Amino acid sequence: MSVTVPMDGPWLDEAAGRLIRPYTVSGGRTRPTAELDLMSLVMATGAASQMYFGPEHSEALGLCQGPTSVAEIAGHLRLPAVVTKILLSDLMDSGAVTVRPPHNFDNPSDCSLLEAVLDGLRRQL
Amino acid sequence: MAYDDSSDSFPTPFPTALKVLVAGGFGVGKTTFVGSVSEIAPLSTEELLTQVGAETDDLTGVELKTSTTVAMDFGRITLDERHVLYLFGTPGQERFWFMWDELCRGALGAIVLADTRRLENSFSAVDFFEQRGIGFVVAVNEFDGSFRYDPEEVRAAIDLRPDVPVVICDARIASSGIQTLVTLVQHLLTAVPGGPGQDDAVVQRDDGVPLDGQVSL
Repeated sequence: MSVTVPMDGPWLDEAAGRLIRPYTVSGGRTRPTAELDLMSLVMATGAASQMYFGPEHSEALGLCQGPTSVAEIAGHLRLPAVVTKILLSDLMDSGAVTVRPPHNFDNPSDCSLLEAVLDGLRRQL
Repeated sequence: MAYDDSSDSFPTPFPTALKVLVAGGFGVGKTTFVGSVSEIAPLSTEELLTQVGAETDDLTGVELKTSTTVAMDFGRITLDERHVLYLFGTPGQERFWFMWDELCRGALGAIVLADTRRLENSFSAVDFFEQRGIGFVVAVNEFDGSFRYDPEEVRAAIDLRPDVPVVICDARIASSGIQTLVTLVQHLLTAVPGGPGQDDAVVQRDDGVPLDGQVSL
């Protein structure tokens, strides 16, 4: 049996998998209190929180000083998306972050939006 | 509030987050594509999946419960101060496709990457987007050593509708990936009712004289 300790990732055991169960950091909770999408944008409000949070909460808060997607925060934390959503919903409940839900492109006639995307892409070339 | 919200046109500091999916079979270059166009280092997001054994009434059923993870690559392109585009590489294994419904929600469109050595691996992604009415383009990722096909040959092999663009790309090169995204958005614009593509196709006659709205198809 060997334990891999990567520089930046969950501790993995060859046979057992993750050494820390994914829901440990959420205190065993498996559902966030708020509906969050992978593309919801999260930003710290700067308000001091009265609630006690663990180190993962602090790390998550540190990652969203500017508007940052849930997917990106999860990627940096190396935590599953659902666990990240639980941490972020805690921060929302405490007032430490605000969230903007993603734009759902359910209006296919939104020509101006597509044109903005096209212009933005062409500037990358 | 600490941020400046004086702008009338955009009262919050949040840009509009938009999403494009990058699909295709296993090993077709989705991770490479997302990584090369992204302005951030390639990241992957894990989803935890819980699969419960069929005999859930059995008290011993919990022993059959296993959790597995699916990783999705994602990247980001800041288009301007008000629009951010996120790219999601979809899970390649077909058994995880139920996840696609969530991923597809609100997506602008999709890029289906294809490898000419294994074109059949792209069929299911094409079917998926066709059935859901999600606009997509097929991008043939030209691997070293693969036979070069004409895009029209690829179209025939996949049995694509004539309006779906087929482009050749090199997933390793950022500008090639961006150009593929440009083609996708241009294609999406042609499908917009009253958009520029429709103007060309429907509102103008062959001689360029605009019709006065009495178009019957």
